[in-house]
Amino acid sequence: MPEKQLINRGNVATSVGFGEGLLQAGEANPLIVALGADITASVKVSPFAEKFPRRFYSLGIAEQNCVGVAAGLALSGKIPVFATYSAFASMRTLDQIRVSVCFNNLHIVIGGAHAGISVGPDGATHQALEDIAVMRVLPNMTVISPCDATQTRLVTIAALNELKGPVYIRYGREPMPDFTDETTPFETGKGQLLKDGTDVTIIATGHLVWEALEAAYALEKEDIHARVINIHTIKPIDQDIIIQAAKETGAIVTAEEHQICGGFGSAVAEVVAKNYAVPIEFIGMNDCFGESGQPSELMEKYGMTAIHIMLAVKKVLTSGNKVIEWNI
Amino acid sequence: MTKTSSVKDLQQLARSIRINVVHMIAEAGSGHTGGSLGLADIFASLYFNVLNHEPKNPQWSERDRLILSIGHVAPVLYATLAEAGYFAKDELLSLRKLNSRLQGHPARDHGLPGLELSAGSLGQGLSVAVGMALCAKADKKNWHVYSIHGDGELQEGSIWEAAMSAAHYKLNNITAIVDRNNCQIDGKTSRVMELEPLREKWKAFGWDVFECDGHSYTDIIKTCEDAKQSVFRPTVIIARTKMGRGVKSIEDDFRWHGKAPSKEEAEDFIKQLSA
Ligand SMILES: [Mg+2]
Repeated sequence: MPEKQLINRGNVATSVGFGEGLLQAGEANPLIVALGADITASVKVSPFAEKFPRRFYSLGIAEQNCVGVAAGLALSGKIPVFATYSAFASMRTLDQIRVSVCFNNLHIVIGGAHAGISVGPDGATHQALEDIAVMRVLPNMTVISPCDATQTRLVTIAALNELKGPVYIRYGREPMPDFTDETTPFETGKGQLLKDGTDVTIIATGHLVWEALEAAYALEKEDIHARVINIHTIKPIDQDIIIQAAKETGAIVTAEEHQICGGFGSAVAEVVAKNYAVPIEFIGMNDCFGESGQPSELMEKYGMTAIHIMLAVKKVLTSGNKVIEWNI
Repeated sequence: MTKTSSVKDLQQLARSIRINVVHMIAEAGSGHTGGSLGLADIFASLYFNVLNHEPKNPQWSERDRLILSIGHVAPVLYATLAEAGYFAKDELLSLRKLNSRLQGHPARDHGLPGLELSAGSLGQGLSVAVGMALCAKADKKNWHVYSIHGDGELQEGSIWEAAMSAAHYKLNNITAIVDRNNCQIDGKTSRVMELEPLREKWKAFGWDVFECDGHSYTDIIKTCEDAKQSVFRPTVIIARTKMGRGVKSIEDDFRWHGKAPSKEEAEDFIKQLSA
């Protein structure tokens, strides 16, 4: 665990990390190939495509075919990467991912770009807020939601080099704090303790990990000691770190830039409910579609900022067997 | 494996495949009889003449790939694989039973040798074939990819996404075979959703189109050989077939698409097939 407060080295989009990771892994492993569904630059597959034109297949705006072609390439020994906007990568293609990829248990990395409401002005159709739920229900699928650009790069390399079977990696478009470093070494399947605390645990994923840290640092000033855990690998999830947090802190707040229903918070709640039930509050989209707006405006309007996490912490501390009522 | 061009041999093999299909589906109590019987001549021709493959070495890297996009006719694939020696024929009667390697639709995770793809959701196999063919091109391999499709399956839009991409990449190492029996579950394809003009559709998507009598071994084999000569284009063979072929009493009857014969019907079917 980092002993010092983590700092933002500057905002970088997680998509940049994906592009760098793909390029780096591709340089080392000639079996890696990439597929494009027309928005190659936008989803950061272009650096790979430019460096390795013979290992890049442009397939046009035909996502279902992209996934099937990826399956055929994987069955013949390649390691295909298919990235497009996560709304399409995970949902337009769901049947192909379920049968041709997951049922066949093929090592394919699916990149879900433009994830979350922070996509901003494009509006609801392009703000994937359901992809975690949809991907994590599929047998054999690994679901990863890295917290910053640095981690996204490491995740992408690990997904291609170390993991087996299908992997879904979710990443965003908006530059966001880049704060993980050598004090927070990345290991697939392992949650990360980013700040210790004894009163409550904030378990976050993706962009909301930084918000969770800001909330926790601010809560210290109110004498509330919140633990912060980053869960980048949502499936298979690190049960131990969650159960330990439930036992040691007695209350949990989950935070994700995604629908609460069926998403990351639900995954955490499954672990908590089965092993050590404690009160949980959920930060995320509340069963509605997004809309156009600046990313920060949308995060504010739909309740996914550090302030909202702080309020949720106070609420969860008053729920369950505790009787104090807070005015929030 | 050794290939045969003898019509008599192929007839005998196809009859054995058909009889096993009837036994299997009757024993299972469910399954797709019509299409499985209708494809028996094509499967006998492919596995005993056209394909380069090694039943004793199913993962042989240089083998031709056969993708069964219409997983529901798994019985004809299983019966053919057993006939070719991939596994013992005794196992055929385990079709659709608990813990069987012969799942209702092909499932590689159950370990049956000779399966290239777990499939069953229509419209996905041609994309997989494109991926395999791209890989063969990239690695400069000579193996050929065959994919088997239903005519009703061509109503899936994803087939045409795949068709476009195969032509774009000049994948002359794919041959798609369409089981053109004019039937699907709800009735005649012309009534459910018209597919014609089918030749022209494939042509417009950049494919070389062939037609053959799907019950003539010489025509099937010759057409597959012709298709393999294509230099720039992927090839499709529209094989005219009859659903339920070989069992006169159910031939061309779409009601037998997804129906299993009772024990008595099965006996009668086998009598008709043995005649
Ligand atoms: Mg048909």
